[in-house]
Amino acid sequence: MSLSIQNLTASIGDQPILKGLNLEIPKGEVHAIMGKNGSGKSTLAKVMAGHPDYTVTGGDVLLDGESLFTLEEPDQRARAGLFLAFQYPMEIPGVTIANFIRAAVQARLPEGEELEATDYYANLYAKMDALKIARTFTSRSVNEGFSGGEKKRCEILQMAMLEPKYCVLDETDSGLDIDALKIVSEGVNAMRSPDRGFLVITHYQRLLDYIVPDKVHVMVDGRIVMTGDKDLALELEAKGYDWVTEDQLATA
Amino acid sequence: MSAPVEETEKPNIDIDRSVGDFRYDVDYAYDAGVGLTEATIDYICDVKQDPEWVREFRKDGYRKFLEKPMPTHWASHDLDNIVFENIRYYLSQGVTPSRTWDDVPEEMKQTFERLGIPEQERKFLAGVEAQFDSEAAYSNIKAAVGEQGVIFVGSTEGLHKHPEIFRKWFGKVIPSSDNKFSALNSAVFSGGSFIYVPPGVKVKHPLQAYFRINAQNFGQFERTLIIADEGSEVMYMEGCTAPKFETATLHSAVVELVALKGAKIQYVTVQNWSPNVFNLVTKRGLAHEDAEIKWIDCNIGSRLTMKYPGVIMKGRRARGEVISIALASDGQHQDTGAKMIHAADDTTSNVVSKSISIGTGIATYRGLVDIPPHRKGCKNNTECDALLINSHSRTDTYPAIVTRGNQNACQHEASVSKVNAEQIFYMQQRGLSEGEAMSLAVNGFVNDLVREFPMEYSVELKRLIDLEMEGSVG
Ligand SMILES: Nc1ncnc2c1ncn2[C@@H]1O[C@H](COP(=O)(O)OP(=O)(O)OP(=O)(O)O)[C@@H](O)[C@H]1O
Ligand SMILES: [Mg+2]
Repeated sequence: MSLSIQNLTASIGDQPILKGLNLEIPKGEVHAIMGKNGSGKSTLAKVMAGHPDYTVTGGDVLLDGESLFTLEEPDQRARAGLFLAFQYPMEIPGVTIANFIRAAVQARLPEGEELEATDYYANLYAKMDALKIARTFTSRSVNEGFSGGEKKRCEILQMAMLEPKYCVLDETDSGLDIDALKIVSEGVNAMRSPDRGFLVITHYQRLLDYIVPDKVHVMVDGRIVMTGDKDLALELEAKGYDWVTEDQLATA
Repeated sequence: MSAPVEETEKPNIDIDRSVGDFRYDVDYAYDAGVGLTEATIDYICDVKQDPEWVREFRKDGYRKFLEKPMPTHWASHDLDNIVFENIRYYLSQGVTPSRTWDDVPEEMKQTFERLGIPEQERKFLAGVEAQFDSEAAYSNIKAAVGEQGVIFVGSTEGLHKHPEIFRKWFGKVIPSSDNKFSALNSAVFSGGSFIYVPPGVKVKHPLQAYFRINAQNFGQFERTLIIADEGSEVMYMEGCTAPKFETATLHSAVVELVALKGAKIQYVTVQNWSPNVFNLVTKRGLAHEDAEIKWIDCNIGSRLTMKYPGVIMKGRRARGEVISIALASDGQHQDTGAKMIHAADDTTSNVVSKSISIGTGIATYRGLVDIPPHRKGCKNNTECDALLINSHSRTDTYPAIVTRGNQNACQHEASVSKVNAEQIFYMQQRGLSEGEAMSLAVNGFVNDLVREFPMEYSVELKRLIDLEMEGSVG
């Protein structure tokens, strides 16, 4: 059981961004991706989630053996168990957090089954408390007027409520203050389980002190060019990305 | 997404309107035939046994209808597609509505049952009038409300049985000559409500009228007159539906409200017309001293709606309000707005309009706020917000604020926002279908206004929006 990305190529317009990407995240593991700005990390996340702007030109992504690309709509992939915590979460004016998450939870129930409101709120409040999000946020519009850190915390709240099989976190740490980074990491760690896999995209080694990854991958120009354990992140921090590229060239 | 279409060439719209989209074959006992002449008017007068003054009123209206130009110079040229000679102006099973549902002819009873009217009546209404094509099939007021002296009958019964009140106000707030369609309504009006609330009486529960069009090529011309006497309060709600038709159908009502000193009238509309209905309605209220008139208006569906509810604030400290939601789907045009006439000092008006345009839908806001220079202490607040869904959508705002002098305050805000593809993607990533995501965005946009609707109607409204959005993504 894994999220298996196989020789994936994808373009925007006629410009290729992902150029034969291979990556396997077994259930129960946390993998991190690091890489320069513009190397295609967010693109990978969005392509898997089914963003309409990108065209998959080759390869496949298997979620527990089933191709994601047979599910055309982003919501089908989401309901199949894929969650994306966005680098830039969208604002949805007039729609409260409580109603939004409720609709998302409801969408996962079998047809005709109604979500029990009291259970839902009990669950929501418990998760908000754990992430130290004030309960007054339930009546605020999704992401509207939120600070950068509040948006990221709210992404993790949604992830916690929807209990996905595979979670992709795109720079969830950027914009978080030191305390928030800890709280969010604890939230993620609490969700780590043998039944769940994580792909954590980050620029900062520090996050990986809190969310300790099983593997760290380096992405360059739409490909994974190096894979190691958590120490690779430290090495990258010390030596920079040019070292990877040179190293690649040397071994090529 | 479909390509933009010419205004005259409407696309084939196929929205799931399962609630309202059904019709029955009815053998009408009275049928004025197709087209409009003096003979049509005489036929209607004879069937309804109109008094002579009404016959004259109708003929006068007919002359004005012929004289008045189509308002195509400022509104849509789609009006030119109405072929008045092809319309049927009067269809009924008789002029006297039943007082019990058991006495309502079977197919009409079934219609209203499917629309949930008898159930709503039991649950939360003080009285109901259910109009089927030209006449009410059912009309009843709860005994306790009737005993307070409240009159709630059809316009025909109103003019026959209560001429002393009826004649005093009928056609006074909206003269026949107001516009081509008010003149047409004056010529052929039938159905609608007549309400009188005696001084000091506060009607606790809403009175409701439901206007159902069943026949094809038909024109429905109800005429409503509501008089709230001094210090009284009443809420009136109207619902409207029609099945999907191949050919154009016309709905052209005139609604006049009179709130005497200190009275309050709230008029709530939830209209869900099918896509081939021309909905051209004139609505205006006259608010005396300390009186308040509030129009709460939701326009969903129709091919072209033109509706600008107004309040003439005639007495000091009178208040006028228009709260409106308009949803223009593919191929539809919602041309709505508000008219606020400050005819006395210290009068206050408030307009909040939210429109949603989807696909090739067009939503237009036209406002008029008139405060003559010599007035003092008048205030107006106008807010118009538009939401566009996909790039073909169009929205126009024409806020004409006519105010001079510096002893009055006007405030106007307008905004246009878009539901963009990134927002939809974000919501879909959470597991909501595209239709659900759009519904949520639209409901979020109108949320604060929906709260102004009575509870039962806000639920209905949300459901209608959901249906419309599901339909629009196909
Ligand atoms: N809509 C678009 N139109 C044109 N180019 C795009 C579009 N989206 C992404 N790109 C390009 O694709 C490349 C990869 O972008 P992507 O957002 O995946 O990078 P990233 O690795 O997430 O970078 P960062 O670390 O800055 O978040 C960039 O060069 C970007 O400019
Ligand atoms: Mg990125």
